[in-house]
Amino acid sequence: MIEFKLPSLGADMDEGKLLEWKVSPGDTVKKGQVVAIVDTSKAAVDVEIWSEGTVFELLVQPDETIPVGTVMATLLEAGETPETAKRTPRAAPAPKAAAAPSPAPAAAARPAAAIAGRRRISPAARKHAEELGVDIDSVAGTGPEGAVTLADVEQAAATKVSPARAVPVPDKAAEMRKAIAAAMSRSKREIPHYYLSEPVPMRRATDWLAQANESRPITARLLMAVLQLKAVALALRKFPEMNGFFRDGAFQPASAAHIGVAISLRQGGLIAPAIHDVGNKSLEQLMLDLTDLVKRARAGSLRSSEMSDPTLTVTNLGEQGVAAVYGVIYPPQVALVGFGRIVEQPWVENGTLTVTPVVTASLAADHRVSDGHRGGLFLAELREMLQQPETL
Amino acid sequence: MEEQELRAVVIATLKTIAPEVEDGDLRADRPLRNQVDLDSMDWLNFLIGLHEKLKVEIPEADYAKLVTLGDVLDYLQKKLK
Repeated sequence: MIEFKLPSLGADMDEGKLLEWKVSPGDTVKKGQVVAIVDTSKAAVDVEIWSEGTVFELLVQPDETIPVGTVMATLLEAGETPETAKRTPRAAPAPKAAAAPSPAPAAAARPAAAIAGRRRISPAARKHAEELGVDIDSVAGTGPEGAVTLADVEQAAATKVSPARAVPVPDKAAEMRKAIAAAMSRSKREIPHYYLSEPVPMRRATDWLAQANESRPITARLLMAVLQLKAVALALRKFPEMNGFFRDGAFQPASAAHIGVAISLRQGGLIAPAIHDVGNKSLEQLMLDLTDLVKRARAGSLRSSEMSDPTLTVTNLGEQGVAAVYGVIYPPQVALVGFGRIVEQPWVENGTLTVTPVVTASLAADHRVSDGHRGGLFLAELREMLQQPETL
Repeated sequence: MEEQELRAVVIATLKTIAPEVEDGDLRADRPLRNQVDLDSMDWLNFLIGLHEKLKVEIPEADYAKLVTLGDVLDYLQKKLK
């Protein structure tokens, strides 16, 4: 008998609400298959299973909130039959779920668009929904990619008949803030950070990118962000102590670089899901992966492995115009790389003063695992990688 | 294409990236990316959207010309002539 438990989808998650099962008893499942959609404080996540078997019992019902680690379902292993398997006592719902009012309709009755695109709610629509006492999570979105628009909210308010709908629901933005606060507080409490930064000349990278993009149709153009991600992943090969998890009092290096990409959400907050095995992917593949990841992160449609796997996170606040960023490590990761804005500045090379685009690359790393000396060498390696864009 | 019609297409494309945008809130003479908080991925997707709807080619070398909403409208108007 295999137990399928609610996985932790990041340091900031301690419970989740089941929105929908994607399998039924009797279904056979394969490794990596999405079996459920679980709502966390950050996003609705497609939860994958990493065992193979036949679904025996579903122990949690849609709309139940359960702690991480709760057995959600049992599976029959090869050779087991329903007759030989012992039925599992049904998991007790979390106290919070039992005590909470249940204003929302059953998840299965929700419009599909509201689930798939539940994160796409304009601030104006959210505000108006609050004013009108409309449960924003139950409003079907008719905007782009299921976005909930002002008109949708007004339509929902006009057809609102059930007084139960007017009961306030938890504020997603506040929940996300709370989750970020918990993870970042834990990070600063437990991880002795050290910070380093290095100015990286970007003339070769920007020239290479401009030339590469010149011959590409707009739909196949690359962004500097993918060069930066690949350079980080390649630099990590020589510095495995920056790539992995600190768990149970010890560092566990990762076998591949699954780079978490910090993505700010339009309604506030951020999320940092992983692109898997960045070091072994082409820039073209990384561009496709990044485009897809950003789109799905903002639409609230991420996979559990993307949420739980990042072995190091990259944040690029240069987009917002800051010169440099000194980040807070996402536990249990042990390092975070930041890129600031690429800006032209005076630069001396081989005794010659020139003007060149420069980016400040920074490293926040866990002093329990690495020292500043190695951190400095890592940033130097990263700088060198970005001087050879054709090798990325 | 009439100016108003083109503006409507541009705003509709922008809304696919940033659904919260209201046309009336946008200043045509201020940098668009700052007003709407578009990162480089959003910006590329916005330009891809314009390319697909209007069938215009927008070389990367021209990105620097496209700062304000007014710049974008002028640029597209010339391309469509």
